[in-house]
Amino acid sequence: MRFYEFEARQIVERAGIPVTKYGFVTDAAEARKVAADIGGPTVIKSQVLTGGRMKAGGVKFADTPEEAEAHAADILELEIGGHMPKGVLVDPKAQVKQEYYASVVWDGTEKRPMLLFSDMGGIDIEEVAETHPDHVGRAHFSNLIPFSDYQAKQVVAQTGVTGRQLTRIVPILTRLARVFQDGDMTLAEINPLAELEDGSFVALDAHMEMENEARPRQKKLLADLGIGDEETREGHEPTPFEEAVAAIDAADHRGVIQGKDTGFHGNLGLVIGAGGGSLTLTDAVRSQGGKPANYSEIGGNPSVAKACGLAKEVLQKDGVEKIAVMMSIVSNTRVDIVARGVIKACLELGKDPAETIAVFRIPGAWEEEGAKILSKYGVEFNDRTTSMWDAAGEAVEKIPS
Amino acid sequence: MSDTTGIFIDVEISAEAAGDAELARRLEEVCPVDIYKDEGGRVGVVRENLDECVLCELCVEAAPPGAVKVKKLYDGTTLER
Ligand code: SF4
Repeated sequence: MRFYEFEARQIVERAGIPVTKYGFVTDAAEARKVAADIGGPTVIKSQVLTGGRMKAGGVKFADTPEEAEAHAADILELEIGGHMPKGVLVDPKAQVKQEYYASVVWDGTEKRPMLLFSDMGGIDIEEVAETHPDHVGRAHFSNLIPFSDYQAKQVVAQTGVTGRQLTRIVPILTRLARVFQDGDMTLAEINPLAELEDGSFVALDAHMEMENEARPRQKKLLADLGIGDEETREGHEPTPFEEAVAAIDAADHRGVIQGKDTGFHGNLGLVIGAGGGSLTLTDAVRSQGGKPANYSEIGGNPSVAKACGLAKEVLQKDGVEKIAVMMSIVSNTRVDIVARGVIKACLELGKDPAETIAVFRIPGAWEEEGAKILSKYGVEFNDRTTSMWDAAGEAVEKIPS
Repeated sequence: MSDTTGIFIDVEISAEAAGDAELARRLEEVCPVDIYKDEGGRVGVVRENLDECVLCELCVEAAPPGAVKVKKLYDGTTLER
C-alpha cells in the first residue's frame, strides 16, 4: 500500500530524520495560515497517490501566504491521473546547496532489500544510474539483521562523498533502512535529501510503500497516521470484475482467489495459480501469442463454490469465450475440487465445458479423481507431462485470433 | 432419502437411519463441509453443499453399515460400508 507524501514525511520524521517545517491541510484558508506560520516563500504540493504532479500543475510556488491560499484553492480542485487530492502539503521553499537521493527498495530477484544513494538527487534515479553510474552507490543487506552505520557508509562512499557530508548522511540512511525493516516497506525513498546552505540535511520529499500483507502487523503505525481499514490504497479503483472476485473470496474462508483485469483487454480467460504459477502462465500465454483477458490466482484449497465463482466471473467478461485452467504443481489444492468448480461455472452459465475449457492442466493432489470428472464432461485432463508452456500454447491455439 | 441437487455428488440415507436422532447429531458434527443437518432429530441434507463433498468418508464411517451412501455422480461409484 502507498502512503501520501505527508504521511511519508511523518514516517521519516518519527524515525528521527530531519524534515522541514511543513503542514498538511485540506482547505485553502488553512494553507494560508501554515504559509504565514512558515514565513517566506513556500511550495504547495498536491497530495495524490500518483506521479506526474509537477507536470500536471499539482506543485506550485508561492511568495506570500495569499498566493499560497490561491494556489492551494486551485490544486485542491485539480484532478491528477484520475485522482482528486486528499489535501495539499505546504512546505517552505528551502535554500538548497545540494540535492541527494536515498532509498531502500525491495529487490525481488535477490529477495533482499537494497540501499541506494546518489549525490545527484531531485531527479529520476534510473536516469542518473544510466547516465552517471559512478554517482550511484548501492548494496543489498539482510532483512534479518539490524542495519548498521558501516553499511550505509560503504554505499555513500561509493559515490565519492566524504568528510562532513558523509558523516551527516550516514545516520539518515541508517534510519531510513530501519524504517524500511521495521515498517515492512517495499520502498522507502527520500528524494531529494537536501543539504541546506547552513550544512544541515533535511528530507524535502519522501515516498513510502508498505507490503499490503503487513497491514495487520503495522496496525499502530496505520492508526497513528489515521489510516483506517477501509482505505485500501490500491493504485487504481478496482474494476467490477476485481470487486466481484474479492467479494467471492471474502465470503468463504476456504482457499484464496484473486482476480485482476486492469490493463487486460484479451479474449482468453485465465483461471490459474499455484506457487508462482500465475505469473509464469500469464507470461507463457502472452509469449505463445495469446491475449489474456485477466490475471488470477487460485490456491490454498478453495471450495468448489470459490473455484466456480472465479471461473464464472472470468467467463462473464466481455469477449471471453474460453478459459484456460492451468496451475503449476499443486500439493494441497485438489485437482478434483477445481475441476468441479470450473465445470459447474460452465454449466450454470449454459456453456458446454468441452467447448469452453480450452485447456485444463493441473498436476497434483487428487488428479485421478479430477481426470474422471473432466472426462465425464469431455474435457481432456493434462498432468505434469504437459509443460506449462505447452498448455498455454494449446489454449492459445483454440482461441480464434 | 435422496437428494439430486448436486452435479457431482449425491448422498443417500436409508429410511431407517433418516429418523435416528443420534446419527443426525453425529453426521452434522463429522461432515467438514456441512452437508448434513440435524433437523430436530432427523437427518437433513443441505442440498447446496453437496458438491463441496471432499470424499472423506467420515459420514460413512460414523453411520451403521448401509445407512449412508455417498454417490459420485461423475463415475457412478459409491462410498459406502
Ligand atoms: S464424504 Fe465427507 S465431505 Fe462427503 S458428505 Fe461424507 S462427511 Fe461430508
